[in-house]
Amino acid sequence: MSWGLVLSLAAFSYAIKALGALVLGGRPLPATLQRCLLLIPAALLSALIAKDTFTSGHHIVLDARVLGLAVAAVLSWRKMPFAVVVFAGVGSVALLRLVA
Amino acid sequence: MQYFRAPSARRIVNASLVIGVAFVVFGMSFGVLAVGAGASVWQACVMSLLVFTGASQMSAVSVLAAGGTAASALGGAVLLGARNAVYGLAMSPVIGESKWYSRIIGAQWVIDETTALVSAEKSAMERRVAFWVSAPILYAAWNIGTLFGALLGNSINPKTFGLDAAFPVMFTAMVVPHLRTRAGRRAAFFGALASVALAPFMPIGLPILVSALGMLFGLSPKEDIAASEPVTDGAP
Repeated sequence: MSWGLVLSLAAFSYAIKALGALVLGGRPLPATLQRCLLLIPAALLSALIAKDTFTSGHHIVLDARVLGLAVAAVLSWRKMPFAVVVFAGVGSVALLRLVA
Repeated sequence: MQYFRAPSARRIVNASLVIGVAFVVFGMSFGVLAVGAGASVWQACVMSLLVFTGASQMSAVSVLAAGGTAASALGGAVLLGARNAVYGLAMSPVIGESKWYSRIIGAQWVIDETTALVSAEKSAMERRVAFWVSAPILYAAWNIGTLFGALLGNSINPKTFGLDAAFPVMFTAMVVPHLRTRAGRRAAFFGALASVALAPFMPIGLPILVSALGMLFGLSPKEDIAASEPVTDGAP
């Protein structure tokens, strides 16, 4: 990982926060724009999930990671604590790899 | 520091400690995975100190780990941080009262969790207490977790522990709170579909940027998202 990436991400992240908190202040963004910005995590996080579960490089693959996703999805939906979701999800993949 | 002596401070401290425990675990996971993706312990720690946005940090590391370029890692991470501009709007009256140097630091602490804690308070004073008490606790928790995780990541082989599966597991824990609205579910479905469908044809990391188009589901005024309502995901 390059320091350039670390520092430019830091600069962008701070600029975004400061834009809302310090610069725009009392002037609200249009409601439509706010709705769209708040939808980005839903779209991007699930894109990242799909990438990390179903692809390897440019190939679409199905392997033990699918079990981890299923376990994590069920536990998160039932509002289990974050630590439980992570340990159960990662643990189930490790276990499946061990026996398979 | 005077905010820690306010009547409502104890309540906020307790709430922050509960979230803080999750932040430590999440920060540790980030530290392990960042080091596993080629970051040094220093880089992981500096990232948490200066970026302080869990989804962005994790996204950048995930794209790099998959073999994506620094540019696409940066693009996805910045897009994931865009929501903080909306939270910042809600927080500007809260931190706007402070001295200029406090405002500079306060802006860094504008995240979904601090916004949620502040939004739950009634009076202007209680809102300020909620922010200035919770933010340093959560900031400390995230960075302590990252340091321990990065040190731990240096001493283990992630693949043996199934830690490559930790990325989707963690992103799943983070996305579920965003699926409570119909628009959120649509955006999520679009994102996942775009990501898998485009993977064979595009440079790694680029489909993640395309998936951001899922935000356009917010254009419909009928959608049931309350504007600027914070959705907390267990990370900064």
